[in-house]
Amino acid sequence: MARVVVDVMPKPEILDPQGKAVLGALPRLGFSGVTDVRQGKRFELEIAGEITAEVLAEVEKMAETLLSNPVIENFAVHVEDDVTPGAGAQA
Amino acid sequence: MKIGVVTFPGSLDDVDAARAVGLGGQEAVALWHGDHDLKGVDAVVLPGGFSYGDYLRCGAISRFSPVMTEVIEAARKGMPVLGICNGFQILCESHLLPGALIRNDHRRFICRDQRLRIENDRTAWTSAYTAGQEITLVLKNGEGGYVADEPTLDRLEGEGQVVARYLDLNPNGSARDIAGVSNERGNVVGLMPHPEHSVEELTGSGTDGLGFFTSLVESAFA
Repeated sequence: MARVVVDVMPKPEILDPQGKAVLGALPRLGFSGVTDVRQGKRFELEIAGEITAEVLAEVEKMAETLLSNPVIENFAVHVEDDVTPGAGAQA
Repeated sequence: MKIGVVTFPGSLDDVDAARAVGLGGQEAVALWHGDHDLKGVDAVVLPGGFSYGDYLRCGAISRFSPVMTEVIEAARKGMPVLGICNGFQILCESHLLPGALIRNDHRRFICRDQRLRIENDRTAWTSAYTAGQEITLVLKNGEGGYVADEPTLDRLEGEGQVVARYLDLNPNGSARDIAGVSNERGNVVGLMPHPEHSVEELTGSGTDGLGFFTSLVESAFA
């Protein structure tokens, strides 16, 4: 079993109202020094078998077709090495 | 004329849309998201609501529903399709219309009687109006901010694909006050305000929305 992660972010030129809301909340909670926040989505795909170039190409296609809207979002695909249960918390 | 109104899980305004179709003098035909069948309709309305719970992105899941496969194919052949609010989002996700709709810039849901200007009276759904006509429709959305890149916006303006524009105030941060757009051919129209709620004096904000439901007949007999 292997995990492929797709990170989806709003394009830099697209307004991100959710990120703005988080940015506004931080100083109210006493956190300072943050100048900008962008909020995106992370998809963790559990893949059966080995991660080959074909599998990654297929994931790219999934990201392009469904996981992101290329009009307003960019995405990045990467393979996560350690997928033992609970490893995510320490990563 | 038979006009199909699609119900997705989470659609809210399908019944109002069907009623508006009837008030416009045409026959409404109920279509179900899971069907691979348009039941011989002449046109389709995608109503407002929160189809598939707005999961992932508004309209992103609905766009791949069986009925949308049929709608997309028919729209490409020239069938008139009107997407209202969530229906507009579905049409953008389907790439039948350019651009996308994002969360309102002020981050709040907005519900108001909205003044608009009809910019293009040559589409299948706006021929009952005259260009420049000012109308008032119910507006209610949380993710109604229309965005597209600058070249696309310039092209939309240049080709007359901006169908309607917000007046008085921009309720959701839409680029260039755009309330509705059409495809190049003019058979597919997406609109963020709700003409189906503005068709009877008893409820809503007058009857300015009725034109969207009589335009097909007018263009058929023009």
